[in-house]
Amino acid sequence: MSAEGVDLKKRRMLTLATSAVGAIGAGYVIYPFLAAWAPSEKAKAAGAPVEADIGKLEPGQLMRVKWRGKPVWIVNRTEQNVKDLATLDSILLDPASGDTGQQPDYCKNPTRSIKEKYLVAVGICTHLGCSPTYRPEVAPADLGADWKGGFFCPCHGSRFDLAGRVYAGVPAPKNLEIPPYQYLSDSRIVIGTDGGEA
Amino acid sequence: MSMMQNLVQWIDDRYPMTKVWNEHLAQYYAPKNFNFWYFMGSLGMLVLVNQILTGVWLAMSYKPDAELAFGSVEYIMRDVDWGWLIRYMHSTGASAFFIVIYLHMFRGLMYGSYRKPRELLWIIGVIIYLVMMATAFMGYLLPWGQMSYWGAQVIVNLFSAVPVIGPDLGVWIRGDYVISDATLNRFFALHFLLPFLLAALVFVHIVALHKVGSNNPDGVEIKKGPKGNKWSDKAPADGIPFHPYYSVKDIAGVAGFLFLFAAAVFYAPEMGGYFIEHPNFEPANPLKTPEHIAPVWYFTPFYAILRAVPSIAGSAFPGVVAMFASILIMFFLPWLDRSPVKSIRYKGTLYKVILGLFVVDFIVLGYLGVQPTTDLYKLMAQVGTIYYFAFFLLMPIYSKMDKTKPAPERVTQ
Repeated sequence: MSAEGVDLKKRRMLTLATSAVGAIGAGYVIYPFLAAWAPSEKAKAAGAPVEADIGKLEPGQLMRVKWRGKPVWIVNRTEQNVKDLATLDSILLDPASGDTGQQPDYCKNPTRSIKEKYLVAVGICTHLGCSPTYRPEVAPADLGADWKGGFFCPCHGSRFDLAGRVYAGVPAPKNLEIPPYQYLSDSRIVIGTDGGEA
Repeated sequence: MSMMQNLVQWIDDRYPMTKVWNEHLAQYYAPKNFNFWYFMGSLGMLVLVNQILTGVWLAMSYKPDAELAFGSVEYIMRDVDWGWLIRYMHSTGASAFFIVIYLHMFRGLMYGSYRKPRELLWIIGVIIYLVMMATAFMGYLLPWGQMSYWGAQVIVNLFSAVPVIGPDLGVWIRGDYVISDATLNRFFALHFLLPFLLAALVFVHIVALHKVGSNNPDGVEIKKGPKGNKWSDKAPADGIPFHPYYSVKDIAGVAGFLFLFAAAVFYAPEMGGYFIEHPNFEPANPLKTPEHIAPVWYFTPFYAILRAVPSIAGSAFPGVVAMFASILIMFFLPWLDRSPVKSIRYKGTLYKVILGLFVVDFIVLGYLGVQPTTDLYKLMAQVGTIYYFAFFLLMPIYSKMDKTKPAPERVTQ
């Protein structure tokens, strides 16, 4: 083939147009592959509320409930625990629960709960997602004399008080998440729904 | 012509068999002064083959399902004939892979194998290392033990710490709001895929190596030296054919390596909790984090760097950036070293001390990454992190200040 009479400008334009159409096509093909990594409809539907019986939970005890695959803690705080919460404000990062994304409005109070006695919180550290350890004892050797009971994350050393409020100067940036929940009776609660109240 | 020669000729007319054999083996002239450190490349390939072979065999009995995975690994260990051996070859192979590659990388650091004209060779190597780490990380989730689960939880959450897109990115990687069956299933698929990508990258690594020629402990460019050796008058005088000289020498290296490898597989497959961590003998429990979690040893230096950086303005992102930067900085190494000589043999005391301390630093960071955080360890990790980055970032200065000796024209024996 001779190159005579070839319109190079036109040829370049056609090459460019063909490549562009091809690239757009490739873009469309990639989309379903990327989208297939998102949570499936089944995974999205699995977030149904769960009920828990707290009637047998003794003061000072913690129970775990699985909600949306995550641990949710329910702690029966002693009267002393509740009193101690108010004394910790100065060493906490967000004592007044100013970050509104971390709890429903009805838990934006000093104990971060509906009833003072019971803490309900998602037991996932807000740093990198470990589940902190329940450390209710006062002033243990490894946590220091000021420790009034709370949660200690074994992964990176974050500390939370018994209202799930994060200490200042630890890796975790936020208070623990309080899920939506409501009391069905004195001894039964449901986690994951608050009946639209909020 | 004999039948054999006829057959070879028939193939050569249709496929460059003899040409490839000669270019890459029989007539690939490598410097004649390779030492111990030059075993690591071929050992790396051996371990990759081991991982692919044992991995495919494990996949024949393994179930990538959150309900069944842990049990299927125990089934392989107890009920599949020789399953314990294949599984321990695979789990020990993972650690062996990193040992060999860390020594291979250290070899590069010592002899300046990343310097011009081998910059791209080094970069391809760093990419291989990154893919290796991704593969190892995904593989560690598959036994679905406590450490598998919580290790993956922490690492995937690193991506969630990215500002703005982070939380969605984390969900996208997991395919769920927590590590779940969906995550396990996709990690299995990717863990199966990536080794083949690794094999392809190793091929590219070797193509690049054979284009520029191997470096050597003297850092001498044999291609620039005089020509003519026993086999060819055009080949570098200081070169010997890779096959049979180094192919046979590498067999000796393989024998030595397998001696140690077999000892680990048969007598210490868990290596005291370093190769297989103790909490991984408990099935994954999404409700309870083990008392102390740490990644497998080969990730711990970077994990220590992650933990050393405090969160800024309530975000863990700076630590994540530091961790990724500590790996990505390796890409720039070829342009950071301004020393007039390549090899440690002709570098001055200053460089030798700094490199020696870097090795100590890497090991100390690795140790700190396995330990729980205390104030002292955190401070040590911070000092270690600063040294780690200073090693790279100050290299343009200290490599110039260093009093070097003149490098020889020819390789020494």
